Amino acid sequence: MIATNETRTIRLESMTRVEGEGGLRIEVRDGHLRDVKVDVFEAPRFFEAFLRGRSMREVPDLTARICGICPAAHQMSSVQAIETALGITPSPEIRDLRRLLYCGEWIESHALHIYFLQAPDFFAMESALTLAREQPHLVKQGLELKKIGNEIVTVVGGRSVHPVSVCVGGFWKVPHRHELLELRPRVEWALQTSLETVKFVSGLKLPDFAPDYEWVALSHPREYAINEGSIVSSAGLDISVKEFEQVFLEEHVAHSTALHSVRADRGSSYFVGPLARVNLNYSHLPPFARQAADECGIAWPCSNPYAGIVARAIELVMACEEILRLIDTYRAPEPAAMEYSIHAGDGCAATEAPRGLLYHRYRMNDQGIVQSARIVPPTCQNYRRIEDDLRVLLPGILDRTDAEIVDTCEKLVRNYDPCISCSTHAVKIQIDRSEVPDLSRNADGHI
Amino acid sequence: MPTNGKPRIAVFKLASCDGCQLQMLNLEDELLAIAGQVEICYFLEARSQILDGPYDIALIEGSVTTEHDLARVRDIRRKSQMLITLGACANTGGIQALRNLQDVDEYARAIYANPTYIHTLSQSTPVAAHVTVEFAINGCPISKEQLLEVLTSVLIGRAPQLPAHAVCVECKRKGTVCVLVAKGIACLGPVTHAGCGALCPAFNRGCFGCYGPMESAHSESLCQGLTAHGIPRSEMLRLLNGFTGWAEEFRSAAEKLEKVST
Repeated sequence: MIATNETRTIRLESMTRVEGEGGLRIEVRDGHLRDVKVDVFEAPRFFEAFLRGRSMREVPDLTARICGICPAAHQMSSVQAIETALGITPSPEIRDLRRLLYCGEWIESHALHIYFLQAPDFFAMESALTLAREQPHLVKQGLELKKIGNEIVTVVGGRSVHPVSVCVGGFWKVPHRHELLELRPRVEWALQTSLETVKFVSGLKLPDFAPDYEWVALSHPREYAINEGSIVSSAGLDISVKEFEQVFLEEHVAHSTALHSVRADRGSSYFVGPLARVNLNYSHLPPFARQAADECGIAWPCSNPYAGIVARAIELVMACEEILRLIDTYRAPEPAAMEYSIHAGDGCAATEAPRGLLYHRYRMNDQGIVQSARIVPPTCQNYRRIEDDLRVLLPGILDRTDAEIVDTCEKLVRNYDPCISCSTHAVKIQIDRSEVPDLSRNADGHI
Repeated sequence: MPTNGKPRIAVFKLASCDGCQLQMLNLEDELLAIAGQVEICYFLEARSQILDGPYDIALIEGSVTTEHDLARVRDIRRKSQMLITLGACANTGGIQALRNLQDVDEYARAIYANPTYIHTLSQSTPVAAHVTVEFAINGCPISKEQLLEVLTSVLIGRAPQLPAHAVCVECKRKGTVCVLVAKGIACLGPVTHAGCGALCPAFNRGCFGCYGPMESAHSESLCQGLTAHGIPRSEMLRLLNGFTGWAEEFRSAAEKLEKVST
């Protein structure tokens, strides 16, 4: 746009329709992209530090508070890490109930992202609240799906935000079969609506964009991996969860209170989340989800990050199918939690949070008191990849206005459904073109 | 400003998990109706539209942990007619207030390779420690029903009807067998605000104080009772130093408990 020898900074104070708060800063010199940063300025909350000295029994309740949108995910990774350390093997019934709980959280989180956070982008609307004036049916459908996901989490966990039933070894209390059966007609509706959701998002015009990605996800030989499996990647990686810290490295950068993960051997970024999972675990999708994936007009594996919204919709179908199956085969775990004895130990676990791979590790003393904790949320693993994506995207759009550039970047970032609260345990978009002041938005949400 | 004379509402987030503002979006059946009655001027998670103040009602989630948070809270206060805080973080400093008992530099060193990049205050503090707050909704997370009650009340101009009794009373009403008396499980139910529906005892476990200490809570007496039930002091301390542990009542009880022990 402007041929100048000066450095231009384009900044966006706060991204919107993402979880948590952060921004972007883009630096352009001589018309060329010099740097782009996802600025995470949300205050660090020091979970790994204050977990030290707490009882391992408190860990699932404490780690839930990392994120209000995926509390069950943090509970699952943390209890399973502790169980690994203590040598506890949950019964098949406990394992199934955990999968049921997790599927509920996937529905709640995915429905929120598809309908509330991302769909407005495809209609040039500033929010689902505005979209609801034109397409009330669509928005209400999304809200109802989200509500059903919350109902599943509530029937198992007592409440949808920070459920209280999960404990080391299993559950404090498990639902009666009739409580789950009462929800069955709702989940059947959710399955049909999820199939309609796949059709809806498949009809959206996705921008062309396809960098070379390394997809990373859990993979399990017999099911669509959620709670367990080995860690695999599209670059041929296949490791056990306990090798995670050797293969992936967290780096601390100046512009972020969130750590950034990279491949330890080559320092490269990677991509976790629904699109990575569908790409890597397509063959394990249950029948309706598989059919929806085959008929949606996308060839899998798909390298277009904007297809993440389609992957999320396919996972909505998967989660509903799985919930129906798990309700039908439900036998209340007896006992609700495995018995165990406390001893010193070190254990890790990874599960698939709605946003991708979530790794936890704990070391405990012989009293079960946490000595050290390590938590690697999916958004931390995606930050470097998000910045890499922006580096691919930006050179082609630098002739546009600052407002258009920021808007385009923000839409790209939303594909990752970043959870800034999780990662700081926020993303600030800031583009550097020195003479340009902070961008602010008008009443329409445009910059 | 296109406000159409509707009350202007803003939702802000400080250090927190997002769960309390999510409770507003979790009002799936009421959300669109609420959005029709008010002008949601600022709610980063829900919409891109940003309308500057003044606001009739500002809702704040999260605790104050940075200089930036502090400046924001003061700015929000200046722009807002009524300030309502949401949840344990905004009301008591939250679980991240555990840092208040420790050396925060050591915390940063424990997690970040370059702690000099980390700018944070030494304490995590409630919003009311810095500015006047008109109304506080308790919980970790808040109850969406209580949020709806407060919003509805404020909009129609009556006092919100929120329970002033303890979790213990909710438990008795539900007919849940007392986990402390029957099973010797440590429970903060007698001193914690009602609002959750006495959830944890119904799940065969003790209350851990999500809704914070109720008025005139006798935490010290409870500690004596817990001791009589054989609950170890270390467990009581961890229970008090929890999600609302920086609240005056729980903090002083924990301090006294530590003095007794030393």
